Amino acid sequence: MIIGKVVGTIVTTISHAHFKHHRLLVVQPFSLEEGDTSGDFVALDNSQAGIGDTVLVLREGSGARQVLNNKDACVISVIVGIVDSVSIA
Amino acid sequence: MLFGQVKGTAVCTQKYPGTDGLKLLLVQPVDKHLKPLGGLQVAADVVQAGPGDLCVMVRSREAALALPDIKFVPVDLTLVGIVDELNVHPDGEFNYTLKKGLNQFT
Repeated sequence: MIIGKVVGTIVTTISHAHFKHHRLLVVQPFSLEEGDTSGDFVALDNSQAGIGDTVLVLREGSGARQVLNNKDACVISVIVGIVDSVSIA
Repeated sequence: MLFGQVKGTAVCTQKYPGTDGLKLLLVQPVDKHLKPLGGLQVAADVVQAGPGDLCVMVRSREAALALPDIKFVPVDLTLVGIVDELNVHPDGEFNYTLKKGLNQFT
């Protein structure tokens, strides 16, 4: 799982049946280095997240299928939580 | 899951059993600002995308799961959605850096 920030929304009218009734969001992973804006990806929203929210994202297909309760879901990244705070030692 | 821009079509006369009738497209993976990431790749298509379309793609095992009938085929990139509208905030707007100590988000 990774922590990222929701930076964008995606609207699709034609999409795979497994993506219906969920929003697609653009997530930018956090980094320890200043100015690193690489590695953005698309994730399916399962926690009512919005733009600017810090989110916990599951990036593994088997776990995503378990979360979505669909054993054939063609989904890899799912937002499974909204992060309140992170402490770095 | 990632973005891809359709650049062209690929035609194969000889294909692995189970992949017959599959539409293959040449796609350029792109980032959130639509800048190219790496080289062209071939993706299977289940949403009838055309050249120039911006799409959402899935990789790995899930690419084969996106296909309609046979789920155990050698496919590792599939287009699963056509993007009609993309709204991305600029990089300076949010802070993506985790600092030492407590980072409060709410």
